[in-house]
Amino acid sequence: MGFIWFWLVAVTIVGYVVLDGFDLGVGVLHLFLAHTEPERRAMLASIGPVWDGNEVWLLAGGGTLYFAFPLLYASAFSGFYLPLMMVLWLLILRGVSLELRNHIEVGVWRALLDGLFGLSSTLLTIFFGAALANVLRGVPLQADGYFFLPLWTNWKPGLHPGILDWYTVIGGLVALVALTLHGALWLTIKVSGALAQRARNLVSPLWVLLVALTLVSLAATIAVRPLSLNNYYEYPVTFIVPVCVVASLAAIWFLNRNAHPVKAFLSSCVYLFLMLAGACWGLYPTVLPATTGADRDITVLSSISGPHTLAVGLAWWSFGMALAIGYVVFVYNKFRGKVDVGNGGH
Amino acid sequence: MTAELIHRLHFAFTITFHYLFPQLTMGLGLLIVVLKSVALRTGSEQWDRAARFWGRIFGINFVFGVVTGIPMEFEFGTNWARFSRLSGGVIGQPLAMEGVFSFFLESAFLGLFLYGEGRLSKWMHWFSAVMVFVGSWISGFFIIVTDAWMQHPVAYDRLPNGQFEVVSFWQLLLNPWGLLQYAHNMTGAVITGSFVMAATGAFYLLEGRRQDYGRMFVKVGVIAGLASTIAIIFPTGDMHGKYVARNQPAAMAGMEGLFKTEDGAGMVLIGQPNEETGLIDNPIVVNDALSFLIYGTTKAEVKGLDQFPKDQWPTALPLLFYAYHIMAGLGTWFVLLMVVSAFLLWRGLLYESRWVLWALLLSFPLPYIANTAGWMTAELGRQPWIIYGLMRTSEGYSNTVSVSNGLFTLLGFMGLYLLLGVLFTVLVYREISNGPEPKTIEAQAISAD
Repeated sequence: MGFIWFWLVAVTIVGYVVLDGFDLGVGVLHLFLAHTEPERRAMLASIGPVWDGNEVWLLAGGGTLYFAFPLLYASAFSGFYLPLMMVLWLLILRGVSLELRNHIEVGVWRALLDGLFGLSSTLLTIFFGAALANVLRGVPLQADGYFFLPLWTNWKPGLHPGILDWYTVIGGLVALVALTLHGALWLTIKVSGALAQRARNLVSPLWVLLVALTLVSLAATIAVRPLSLNNYYEYPVTFIVPVCVVASLAAIWFLNRNAHPVKAFLSSCVYLFLMLAGACWGLYPTVLPATTGADRDITVLSSISGPHTLAVGLAWWSFGMALAIGYVVFVYNKFRGKVDVGNGGH
Repeated sequence: MTAELIHRLHFAFTITFHYLFPQLTMGLGLLIVVLKSVALRTGSEQWDRAARFWGRIFGINFVFGVVTGIPMEFEFGTNWARFSRLSGGVIGQPLAMEGVFSFFLESAFLGLFLYGEGRLSKWMHWFSAVMVFVGSWISGFFIIVTDAWMQHPVAYDRLPNGQFEVVSFWQLLLNPWGLLQYAHNMTGAVITGSFVMAATGAFYLLEGRRQDYGRMFVKVGVIAGLASTIAIIFPTGDMHGKYVARNQPAAMAGMEGLFKTEDGAGMVLIGQPNEETGLIDNPIVVNDALSFLIYGTTKAEVKGLDQFPKDQWPTALPLLFYAYHIMAGLGTWFVLLMVVSAFLLWRGLLYESRWVLWALLLSFPLPYIANTAGWMTAELGRQPWIIYGLMRTSEGYSNTVSVSNGLFTLLGFMGLYLLLGVLFTVLVYREISNGPEPKTIEAQAISAD
C-alpha cells in the first residue's frame, strides 16, 4: 500500500507540474513575447479555459497527501510555512490578474495586471523548483517529526540549511527554464503567425540552457545527497529513466526544428514527468530526509495512514481520478486547435 | 498574544473572507440553471442574455472563490499541523474528495460554460451550466462533511500512534450532523444568490433603466428568496438546532445565553451575556419559548452552562451569543421581506412598490452577514474543542510556527484580501451597471472574454 500511495501522490503532483507548467510558462513569456494587444490576448486565450483545471491537480495532490500521509503533510506544511504562504499569495495574485485583465479596459490597470501575472508566474516556477530541491536535500527534522525552516541561513546545504541555498536556487532555475520552454512549446501549438514563430525561435536558446542546467542539477543532487543513486544501483534497469530524460531532450530539439509542435510539446511533458519521477525514485522509501540524521527521516512507512483509510481511499480515488482524466481529455479536445481571437471568444 | 489565538485568527479570517464567494457561487449556480432552462424551453434570447450576464458575475466571483480557497486546504497543514497529523486519515478524505470529485468537474464545465458557447450546442451549453451547479454543490457537501466530523465525530477508530482512522466510509459521508448542516447551509447560499439577484433587479427598476431585466431578476430572486428564506427556518434550521441542542448542549446554552438550567426556559431576544454575574444584562425575553422550540413543550428542561465545568464552556461566549442572534434576527427579517415581496408580486404591484424595492436593494449585504454569523455560531459553539469531545483546540495548532511568523502571514493576508475586496467590488459593480444587453460590437468582444 505504501508503494502504491507514494506513486499516486507523486503522479498527481507530477501531473500538476506538466499541466500547470505550460500555463506558468506562458505567464513567464507573455510580457516580452507578445508585442501587441491582440498577440497578448491570443497568448492568454490559449490558457484561459484550462489554467484553473490545471491548478486543481495541485489541490488534488495536496488533499491526497493529507489523507494518505498525514504526518508528512503536517510536518512539511508547517515546516515550510513561510515559503508556502508566499506561494499562496502568488497563486492568488496570478489567478486574479489573469482572469480580471479582460474585465478591465483601462490601459494602466491592464498593464498592472499583466505585470503581476508575469511576475507571479515567474516567481512560482522558481518556488516550485526550490521546493522540490528542499525535499531532495532534506530538512533539519526534530525528534518529534517537525521542523521550521528560515528563508535562508548561510546559503549552503548542511545541517541547518535555509529554504534557499545554492542547491535549491539551482532547482529553482531548472524549473524556471524548463517551464518557460514548456510554455513556449505550448504556444507553438496554440497561436499562429509571427507570434508562433517568435515562440519557436525562443525554443533553441532555452533548450541549450535547459540541457546545461539539467546536467548541473543532476550532478549537484548526487553531490548533496549521494544516497539518491541507491535505488538505481539496486534496480539497474531503472537507469532507463535518465537515459529517457536525455532522449526526450533530444526529441524536443529535433521535433521543434522539424515543425512538429504537438510532438515537441509532448516530449517536453515526458521530460518533466521523467525528471520528477526520477527524483521521486531516488528518494523512495524516504519522503522527507532529515539533515539531522537518517534515523529521523520521514519514510513512507512512518507517515502512512491506517489500512482501512487507504483501502477505502484507493476505491474512490481511482474512480474519481478516472473521471477527472475524462474531463481533461474532453476539455482539451473541445478547445483544441489554434486560438481564435478574431471573434472575441477564447 | 498566544500562538493559539494567532492560528485561530489566521484560519478564521481567511475562511470568513473565502466564504463570501462560494455562497454566491452555489446560490447563483442554481439560479443560472433556472435562467438557462427557461431560455432553452422558450428559445428566448433575453433569458440567454440574462444567463450570460450572471455567468460573467459568476465567473468573477468564482475566481475569487478559487484563489481564496486554495489557502484553506494548505492551512490545515501550515497552521494546524498537530491536528492534521492525527486527523488526516479521516478528514483528509473528504478534503481530497472535494478536489477529485468537485473541482475537476467544476473547472472543466465552467471553462465550457464561459468560453465555449460558440463551440457547443444549446443543449450542451445548458448541460455545462447544470454541471457547474452540481460541482459547486458537491464541493459544499465535502466541506460540510469535514466540518461535521469535527463537530460530531463518527465512524472513527484510533490507531496505536494516536491517529484517527475511518472505520466506515459511508457513515463518515452520511454523518447526520453533516446532512442537517448541509441542508441548512445550502439553503443559506440560495438566499444569498436570491437576494443578490433581486437587489440587482430592484436597482434597475429604481433607476428606471432596463425595466425588462429588472422585472426578470426581481421575479426570479423573490420566488427563490421566498422558498429559501422559509426553508432556512423550517425545516432546516429547526432540525439542525434541535440536533445541536441534543449533541452539543453546552454550545446551545452559550448560543442562547442560558447560564442556569431551567424548566420552561425563556428565549432571550436581545441582551448582553455577562460571564461574571452569570446573567443577561438588559434582557428582552419570551417566556418558555426556548423549551418549546427545542423539545416541543413549554415545560421541558433545558440544560444551562451551570451543568458543565467551566473549562468546557465555549471560549468566546459573548461572541457566540451575538453571532447566533444576528443570524436568527436577520433570518426573521428575510422571511418578512420575502413574504411581503412575494405577495406584491402575486398581486402585480411589486414593480411599482418603490419602498419594497428599496428594501430589497439595501438588503443584499445581509445574507452575507447572516451566513457568516451562522458559521461563527457553529465554529465558536464547538470550542474549546477542535474535534468535539476528543481533542482540544489548544492541542491542535502548529507549535513550530511562532506567534511572530503567524502574525506576519496574517497581516499579509489582510493586506492582500483588502486589495481583492476592492477589486471585486469595482468589477462586479461595473458588470451590473453595464447590464445584460450587449454594447457595441467592439465592446462586446472585450466583455465577452
